[in-house]
Amino acid sequence: MIHVENVTKSFTLHNQGAAVIPVMAGASLDVKAGECVALVGASGAGKSTLMRMIYGNYLTASGKIMVGDVDVATAAPREIIALRRRTLGYVSQFLRVVPRVSTLDVVAEPLLATGTPREEALEQAQALLARLNIPERLWALSPTTFSGGEQQRVNIARGFAFPYPAMLLDEPTASLDPTNRATVLAMITEAKARGAAIIGIFHDHAARDGICDRQLDVTQFTPSLAA
Amino acid sequence: MTPLLQVENVGKFYGTRIGCADVSFDLYPGEVMGIVGESGSGKSTLLNCLAGHLAPDCGAVRFDMRVGGLSDTVTMSEPERRMLARTDWAFVHQHARDGLRMNVSAGGNVGERLMAVNARHYGEIRDKAIDWLGRVEISEDRIDDRPTAFSGGMQQRLQIARNLVTGPRLVFMDEPTGGLDVSVQARLLDLLRGLVREMGLSAIIVTHDLAVVRLLADRLMVMKDGHVIETGLTDQVLDDPQHAYTQLLVSSVLQV
Repeated sequence: MIHVENVTKSFTLHNQGAAVIPVMAGASLDVKAGECVALVGASGAGKSTLMRMIYGNYLTASGKIMVGDVDVATAAPREIIALRRRTLGYVSQFLRVVPRVSTLDVVAEPLLATGTPREEALEQAQALLARLNIPERLWALSPTTFSGGEQQRVNIARGFAFPYPAMLLDEPTASLDPTNRATVLAMITEAKARGAAIIGIFHDHAARDGICDRQLDVTQFTPSLAA
Repeated sequence: MTPLLQVENVGKFYGTRIGCADVSFDLYPGEVMGIVGESGSGKSTLLNCLAGHLAPDCGAVRFDMRVGGLSDTVTMSEPERRMLARTDWAFVHQHARDGLRMNVSAGGNVGERLMAVNARHYGEIRDKAIDWLGRVEISEDRIDDRPTAFSGGMQQRLQIARNLVTGPRLVFMDEPTGGLDVSVQARLLDLLRGLVREMGLSAIIVTHDLAVVRLLADRLMVMKDGHVIETGLTDQVLDDPQHAYTQLLVSSVLQV
């Protein structure tokens, strides 16, 4: 489902003496449907960078990133938009929303964007929020005022609302209490069972060992360390 | 898929000075594109060229007409262009008073665009006006008030209602949230996003507010000195800017 082949990436900081920082070289990775692969490596090794390149959030200098039949490295913006709408989900570490939009609408949005009727989308959003223990009295409020853990659970509910065939999870269990952590792990396991290809970053080792089929150390792709 | 708007090598010159030059892009149905850049970078000139307010000195702006497909709006006749401007296009000005009739009631402002497309039944026009005022969160009992009696944020929302009532397919917006306080801005952004999704609108938004484009636009175009220096997915341009100027722009935003 996800096939990364020999990708490289460097940042050029034009306003800081045009410093060129190579951050990724020769990265390759394969994730099949129903498989979960964990990216590991020290902080700064490039786990999030690789994930963002797969999501099309960072440009790729060379190489190939196939998600389904789209090459993210060379795709036009509208192809990536379509890919993100129906194929590739991403649960980031931080929730970013329009102020004043209710939590329920935030969670239902990926469903509405793919043409689910409003009633049905809201029902599913309610079920997800209930499952992740967000109290019902908060559903009509904007998540911008929620606590860190609550925001993260809203983010997860939103990320799991649509059954994407490929998913990227950036620390989905950080800052969660044990009950919610178990719920999130169960949701990831269910996503695997329905055939989603998942790439995750977990600092929570027990969680990682529990649900991931393989680990990939990204340090081997870090040019400054390898050299 | 046919693009809704196809822009090819558009340029506008003020004497020897460049307004904008060599601008090309395709906009597809349902897409929202943001144009950012500092003042004087040519973004408003470009928007006015695209919307037919200014005649570009070179290039083509093709719009996918309901009848006849892609047609160059630069070379089409004035009546045809005017017809587009009041049916399939909408233009939201930065200052609401530029887009409203200030001495006509709120309902009249919305109804005027309907009458321009041959609506004649008073009751129906009024009902539709009430419906749209409701959608932009202006209460029904203000329908007979003039925009001069409205706050800045309300005027801006009225302008949006007036523009969208005829169900346009392409909306041009020039700093739609400029000059509004942040709480009103948030409400307007929420409104615009909902309308874009529900009506399947395409939009081109000129702004210098990067937070606005991050929330509203799918794609981003960065301009400097009349030229497009960078384009791409909005979050990609903002999170991984390639051009020196874009990097400066992104790193200059104050964190709240």
